[in-house]
Amino acid sequence: MEFPDGLRYTQTHEWAKRTGNRVRVGITEYAQHEISDVVFVELPKSNLAAMKAKAIAVVESVKAAFDIYAPVSGTVVDTNKSLESDPSLVNKDPYGRGWFYEIEMSDSTEWGSLLTAEQYQAQCTTTH
Amino acid sequence: MLIDPESRLSFEKSRSGRRGTQFPKERLSGKEASKLLPAALLRKEAPQLPELTEPEVVRHFVNLSKKNFSIDTHFYPLGSCSMKYNPKVNEWAAALGDFASVHPLQPEETAQGWLCIFYELEQDLKAITGMDRFTLQPAAGAQGELCGMMMVRAYHASRGEHGRRKVLVPDSSHGTNPATAALLGYEVVQVKSNARGRVDLEELGRLVDGETACLMLTNPNTLGLFEDEILKITEKVHKAGALLYYDGANFNALLGITRPGDMGFDIVHLNLHKTFSTPHGGGGPGAGPVGVKEKLIPFLPVPLVEKRGERYGLNFEQPQSVGRLKAFHGQAGMILRAFVYIRTLGRTGLKQVSEDAILNANYLRARLKTIFPVAVDEPCMHEFVLSARTGKGNDLHALDIGKRLLDYGFHAPTVHFPLVVPEALMIEPTETESKETLDRFVEAMTEIRKEMDRKPEIIKNAPHTLPIRRPDEVMAARTPVLTHRDWLRENAQQAPAESNERVAVHRISER
Amino acid sequence: MHYHPLTADDRREMLEAIGVKHFEDLLKGIPSSIRARDLKVPEALSEMELRRELEATGKKNQGSKSVLSFLGGGSYEHFIPAAVPQLMGRNEFYTAYTPYQPEASQGTLQAIFEYQSLIAELTGLDVSNASHYDGATSLAEAGLLALRHTGRRKLLVARSVHPDYRQVLRTYLEAADFTLEEFGFEKNGKFKRKEFQELLNEEIGGVVFQTPNFLGTVEDLDGVAREIHALGAPLILAANPLSLGVLRSPAEWGADMAVGEGQVLGLPTGFGGPYLGYFAVTRELMRRIPGRLAGMTMDQEGKRAFVLTLQAREQHIRRERASSNICTNEGLCALGACIYLTLLGKEGIREVGELNLDRAYYLREKISSLKGYRVEKDSPVFNEFVVFSEKPFSEIQSRLIPQGILAGIDLSRYYPEMKGAFLVCATETKSREDLECFVKALSQC
Repeated sequence: MEFPDGLRYTQTHEWAKRTGNRVRVGITEYAQHEISDVVFVELPKSNLAAMKAKAIAVVESVKAAFDIYAPVSGTVVDTNKSLESDPSLVNKDPYGRGWFYEIEMSDSTEWGSLLTAEQYQAQCTTTH
Repeated sequence: MLIDPESRLSFEKSRSGRRGTQFPKERLSGKEASKLLPAALLRKEAPQLPELTEPEVVRHFVNLSKKNFSIDTHFYPLGSCSMKYNPKVNEWAAALGDFASVHPLQPEETAQGWLCIFYELEQDLKAITGMDRFTLQPAAGAQGELCGMMMVRAYHASRGEHGRRKVLVPDSSHGTNPATAALLGYEVVQVKSNARGRVDLEELGRLVDGETACLMLTNPNTLGLFEDEILKITEKVHKAGALLYYDGANFNALLGITRPGDMGFDIVHLNLHKTFSTPHGGGGPGAGPVGVKEKLIPFLPVPLVEKRGERYGLNFEQPQSVGRLKAFHGQAGMILRAFVYIRTLGRTGLKQVSEDAILNANYLRARLKTIFPVAVDEPCMHEFVLSARTGKGNDLHALDIGKRLLDYGFHAPTVHFPLVVPEALMIEPTETESKETLDRFVEAMTEIRKEMDRKPEIIKNAPHTLPIRRPDEVMAARTPVLTHRDWLRENAQQAPAESNERVAVHRISER
Repeated sequence: MHYHPLTADDRREMLEAIGVKHFEDLLKGIPSSIRARDLKVPEALSEMELRRELEATGKKNQGSKSVLSFLGGGSYEHFIPAAVPQLMGRNEFYTAYTPYQPEASQGTLQAIFEYQSLIAELTGLDVSNASHYDGATSLAEAGLLALRHTGRRKLLVARSVHPDYRQVLRTYLEAADFTLEEFGFEKNGKFKRKEFQELLNEEIGGVVFQTPNFLGTVEDLDGVAREIHALGAPLILAANPLSLGVLRSPAEWGADMAVGEGQVLGLPTGFGGPYLGYFAVTRELMRRIPGRLAGMTMDQEGKRAFVLTLQAREQHIRRERASSNICTNEGLCALGACIYLTLLGKEGIREVGELNLDRAYYLREKISSLKGYRVEKDSPVFNEFVVFSEKPFSEIQSRLIPQGILAGIDLSRYYPEMKGAFLVCATETKSREDLECFVKALSQC
């Protein structure tokens, strides 16, 4: 199970990668493993106002639907259109081609409260 | 994809020039039909319906039917579905020309037979549930819930209580309960179950307040347990000024034993396709009549059925009504079937329904609890929940047990529900199953339990003896093929109307 | 009781296995204050007695079996081939459960798939669900879908849409705090184009038309879809599916959603139910369509298989995040429609449409030449039309009922400004003699 160092994490199993004021978000390998085969991803609309810890997207497997939350507040500026034609990217490459959306942060101090790779890994091992 | 002759679509059997029915030749208006209307209103491209003869259509559908399980062929221990026998005299009644050929908008004096049936069924349901009035309009349980919750909203609004934004549901509730509440803009709050599997009274006391509109309950609950503290529950809810809604999915346990009206429920919906024997039809039609206590009568949907002297009629005068839920009056054919069922069973027969349903369920529970763990080990009502989690380190789920049961000639029970029990198997035998059938079911479950230890792969890959093995549901959801045209596009073939070639019977392609 | 197998011996053995002495011991948890006393329903009747009673009750109805009916208005008398009820009556179809276990339900699932395909062909749209309760509720759900999809709060609806449908639409919309606005129709039943254009703006999240509409008029929707789409809203068309063998399809009009009443596809009028709501959408809206969907896939051995799919939209999974709470739908009715359409086939669906046109136009022509009656000749119709009479309709109706004729539907009941107007329907079931008998009776009123 991978927990890449350059990323930050949420307790709800999203990862976040920061470039300047932009944050790219996806779900972790742990999450995609729990969900199993992703059949559909409902991405947020562009320009949507994202709020930290509020649901912003939905991942569907055959038998269940899962809320995906925003790690930080801001505006949705980009979404991963490839997921429309190939939702399996979330399973195959959760940290790379399986990314979900990007947020332009409105409050960069929120970044600090996200979990580090060690903290997130520790959380996953205790719940297991 | 392997397409055996038995799974060809009607479209794939189609042959240009064939037809399955014919119409009178005579035309009266002297003009060709297409000249009667302006060209702009006419269809440009004809719909490509299949072309088959009547015998081909009959063979096609009869062969399809043979691929199904059904109550008339198999035992269905599906929890919360009440898969009981569908009486044939009900079908006979619904097919009578004097009932089937009546139009819903006929003048009332020409539809007195139907209006009488509606009225009489309402009286029966009132007596059976202890409620004051019923609407027979909702088309299914879920629509009954919608109707009920609309009335909850209207009731509170009429009393100026606009702050009641929350609806409480037990964590073991059916999905339609929170879905319905959310549709109406309510915030759904879950109430935990206690260690005995019932609504946690203390938790309820903490949650119910001036912001609560309603508590939605099934009794017995989805674990098959009677909420024995129901009177205390009712008291708490009413004291907070909220209403109590009864989801009638499990009413098969209570006929002649107790009544939701007497328990204190304000609104009740019944599922005619569960308790009242109307057939499931492969997914409907159903019917979900809703009963209310007097204070909610003004909010019932229109029309209501009434008796004035010797005549029956429809009443559209309900100024505070929540409105109308479907066109016309209701699922008349299902109402008639339920009426016939109640007349066939009568007072004594109806009481026996729940008694035998409860006896059958407890018998199965007693015999199965040594094989699989029971969720709550105490007498149940008409259904009970087992867990398929045997703790023996296999990778088998309730779903897999259900699939293996198909090989043994039984439909699977309800699996993975209620969510509060891991690997849940919800079993409801109903009163129309014999002890011999139940014993055979126990034998099958015993065998499967052995297989779980000795050869789990046979369960993991079940079923083995049915028309298909497990379908690829991931592929079905990722690349939805929902019509014949979708299928053609996925396989880049000609549309049937243009092709005069017979479609190849076997076509094997790489996955 | 002849449905309940348990014998006295069985009961004794079972109680022993359970470990209780009396059945009552199993009901200990139920408070005695709420134990039922006596069920106040009549005593049981034997099948023979019950059938006699039902036949007598049936005689108090006068359906089209015993009278000549010209009633339409959302429920229609059509020819139903004998094979339809016979095949629907196959035990394995009508006593089957919802196909949640696909391996045990390939019959039902393939029939649903074929039904979906047939509706897609008729409407010209891409995706159809497995059925809805009826035309009115499928329209209501289409309205909700449109508003959620656009994020707007108001629906624009033609007043010529079926009054019950508009009432159901209003009920559903108000429940979700949405609103609706109506635009009217001309004397000839066609929609008021100017009024529609004036009310169409960016606040509108969807526009609803019905064709043929409640007054029987086939609407000319030329340019309508373009105007609606320019404002980012969808066009919802409630279309009579039986008319789609001859009339321009929803897809050809540019509709995004097509809904309507499938009772006309092989189901009896049955005093109003159970009926069949069909619901078809463009591919863009596929993931938002409510209700069940049957999809084609393969099983583990590569064999063609059918399965319920995209279930993660539904109430049993999304629970409070579902967009619809529908669970049980009208499965058997959809099967009936599927069988009916398969029997009719490509030629039959066109022919039945032509016959309806033929009968309606012939009858309208004949009535137009009667004294005391008037019709709107420039209104294009399918199988029903408005007749204006000098006398109040109630008088005509009460004269004709004793003659065994149901003359039509009183329109002033729904549209108070249409005094003396009634809606007459003539389908392929009417022969020349039937129509001439009706015309004669009207002339003698």
